[in-house]
Amino acid sequence: IFFSFFKTLVGKEVAVELKNDVVLTGTLHSVDQYLNIKLTNVKVVNENKYPQLTALKNCFIRGSVVRYVQINPNDVDTELLEDATRKENSAVAAG
Amino acid sequence: MEEPLDLIKLSLSERIYVKCRNSRELRGKLHAYDNHLNMVLSEVEETITATEEDEETGEEIVSKRVRNVGMLFVRGDIVVLVSPPLRVG
Repeated sequence: IFFSFFKTLVGKEVAVELKNDVVLTGTLHSVDQYLNIKLTNVKVVNENKYPQLTALKNCFIRGSVVRYVQINPNDVDTELLEDATRKENSAVAAG
Repeated sequence: MEEPLDLIKLSLSERIYVKCRNSRELRGKLHAYDNHLNMVLSEVEETITATEEDEETGEEIVSKRVRNVGMLFVRGDIVVLVSPPLRVG
């Protein structure tokens, strides 16, 4: 479900917080089944929070190092999410 | 047979409390989850608790930093516990 969810967010601005406390903002370029993320137009959020990555423009982030992804609430249809979750969950329970 | 995940299903579109690794706690409205416990929460309040020790006296626990985020995807591998909010009721 979250693979599909992120696909709907491609092109949107997100903030990816990694497990090492680095926070990267940028445009979600692509995502895969492992929730690896490709970010373009990467910007500095908080300079003293992480090593200078000002040279960075685009990056590939391994899904397993992500802690959070902050999203604009307007980019999300919560009802759709809840319905999809219920459907996916019935499939799990039946299996 | 009800699985633990079915109990989380009951909390969809409700506010929940999530205990995470690294002394973090989240409170927010649950909109989606999967069996990895990846989640999407809205109206989120994150509390990070830092413990500082005083050299002379012993332990001084300082509860720190609250953050508010409008919409948050949480990766399941940091989740420790999921529950209805720990407030009254």
